[in-house]
Amino acid sequence: MPQAVCTPRREAPGESAVAVELRDVNKWFGSFHALKNINLSVPRGQRVVICGPSGSGKSTMIRCINHLEDHQSGEIIVNGKPVAQDLRKIDEVRSNVGMVFQHFNLFPHLTVLENCMLAPVWVRKMPRMAAEELARHYLDRVRIAEKAASYPGQLSGGQQQRAAIARALCMNPKIMLFDEPTSALDPEMVKEVLDTMVSLAGEGMTMLCVTHEMGFAREVADRVVFMDRGEIVEANTPHEFFANSRSERARQFLAQILT
Amino acid sequence: MTDQSLHPPIVNLALMPAMAPPADVRPGPVTWIKRNLFSTPFSAALTICFVLLAVWLLHQFLSFAILKAVWSGGREACSANPEGACWPFIAEKFDYLRYGAYPISERWRVDLTQAIGTILIVWLLWTKAPRRKLAAMLFFVFYPIAAFVLLRGVALLHLPVIDTTLWGGLLITLLMSIVGIVFSLPLGVILALGRRSDLPMVKAVCVTFIEVVRGVPFITVLFMANFMMPLFVPDYLTPDRLLRPLIAIALFSSAYMAEVVRAGLQAIPKGQYEAAKALGISYFDMMRLIVLPQALTIVIPSIVSTFIGLFKDTTLVAIVGIADFLKAIETARVDPSWAGPTISSTGYLFAGLVYWGFCFGMSRYSQSMERQLVRGHKS
Repeated sequence: MPQAVCTPRREAPGESAVAVELRDVNKWFGSFHALKNINLSVPRGQRVVICGPSGSGKSTMIRCINHLEDHQSGEIIVNGKPVAQDLRKIDEVRSNVGMVFQHFNLFPHLTVLENCMLAPVWVRKMPRMAAEELARHYLDRVRIAEKAASYPGQLSGGQQQRAAIARALCMNPKIMLFDEPTSALDPEMVKEVLDTMVSLAGEGMTMLCVTHEMGFAREVADRVVFMDRGEIVEANTPHEFFANSRSERARQFLAQILT
Repeated sequence: MTDQSLHPPIVNLALMPAMAPPADVRPGPVTWIKRNLFSTPFSAALTICFVLLAVWLLHQFLSFAILKAVWSGGREACSANPEGACWPFIAEKFDYLRYGAYPISERWRVDLTQAIGTILIVWLLWTKAPRRKLAAMLFFVFYPIAAFVLLRGVALLHLPVIDTTLWGGLLITLLMSIVGIVFSLPLGVILALGRRSDLPMVKAVCVTFIEVVRGVPFITVLFMANFMMPLFVPDYLTPDRLLRPLIAIALFSSAYMAEVVRAGLQAIPKGQYEAAKALGISYFDMMRLIVLPQALTIVIPSIVSTFIGLFKDTTLVAIVGIADFLKAIETARVDPSWAGPTISSTGYLFAGLVYWGFCFGMSRYSQSMERQLVRGHKS
């Protein structure tokens, strides 16, 4: 029943079938060993939820995928292209990987619409009219079309996060990374953001999501990856992970957050 | 049971209506004066003292500058009046103060240059004006060429060449400040970005430049530009005597500007860079579209301070023999045919008013700009 967990070294059957592949990835912050021999393969269309105690390396791992952090050894392959081999290629990898941050990181001097149009216009070289149409389409999808002309500072946290999701989607990414997207939100706003993510998952987007929302993990994840102290301790289907986790560390973690 | 009586449950079913504030806290001029000017006997005494002082100072100023001043007549009227300013002196010297020794028959060229410049600057600074991109193009590309052709002259166009030794007065002051302002901001931005660069060589060059220039008095920089530059370059490449201090002032203020811009860059949260990078935006576009617009907005007050400092520092070029506005006042005031008791005071008062007018204008503009930008993206 449980599928192969931490994928051992193996060649991807076809480039397009594997969205993200991490092979023996190690990262140090100074002398602190932040990621220890990470091996993870995410097939296209899979939704992966990454959880674990704070400081376990969850965010660091997904930030390595679009090279916001660099790793010191091992290989990261995104959409068939190795990351960090060629610094000039990184922007190309990044433009196909959307990222949503804990603190939204919208550009406060631009309206919501301009936030969404910026990358399509300047990275994809899309004409402004087409970019605006695209931006309005995705703002409508995250249900804040009426806020297009507002500045981020005029929006609630939940609306800002949905705008940030729309901004990432405007680049038509093949993979979406979520770095604790609901942790900075007031409780009553968590649901609207999760709903947006659930609907995105329903459309077959490849998603890697660092979150403590176990309800979300149960509902949409194909796989739950549990990390502790820089290593992947357990990776399993949500059902198996929540019902009978194998490791003591995971059981302890679940006991702490599910009470 | 006793618990119950100590902490009776609170249940409030009726909604309390909002009430108007009581009279003594109601906002209004009387409340404001009471609270801010006469809150205690000591503050009341201070208020009265300072009002009296202000009235006395204003009276002194107005009686010298306006009430007892000589407004018409000639030198005799001024010599006879030791009490007030001598405005006919300024009136007679006005052209000299504006143009210096620029030939009288060619002064229309200066007027034309300044008129075009004024129009373009107003067009550029007036945020609601249409087609400001065109204004920027005209001001930064077309105008310098036009100004050069008009002011210096090109024989081919039947505009006789006016040697820069003849230029002077407000013309020099404005030329120095505008060139300084226009060059120092972009140079400062480049230096600030260089100082924060990951490339060690770029960083070293920028840090060295900034620290060396900032560690040296402006007068030293002027002397170096004036006397040392000709030693390093061959004769035919030696810049004009007016161009040398121009280069000096632009480089000098760019070092200060770099530190101002760096302060703004440091105020931008890391998340902004990360969001831009995560979208695949290149370094150049990230800086141009996301980081600098925010960073420069934050440091507008300091940028304008630097501009104001630069504007006033242009008076120092007199040291290397350039007759700027203040130098023109100096020259005019020692004119023996105008020897009067208040000639010097009048000259300095006029200089002060002119400098203050320009600086105050810059300051007010920057404040309105700040308000506009803040209104733009804060709720």
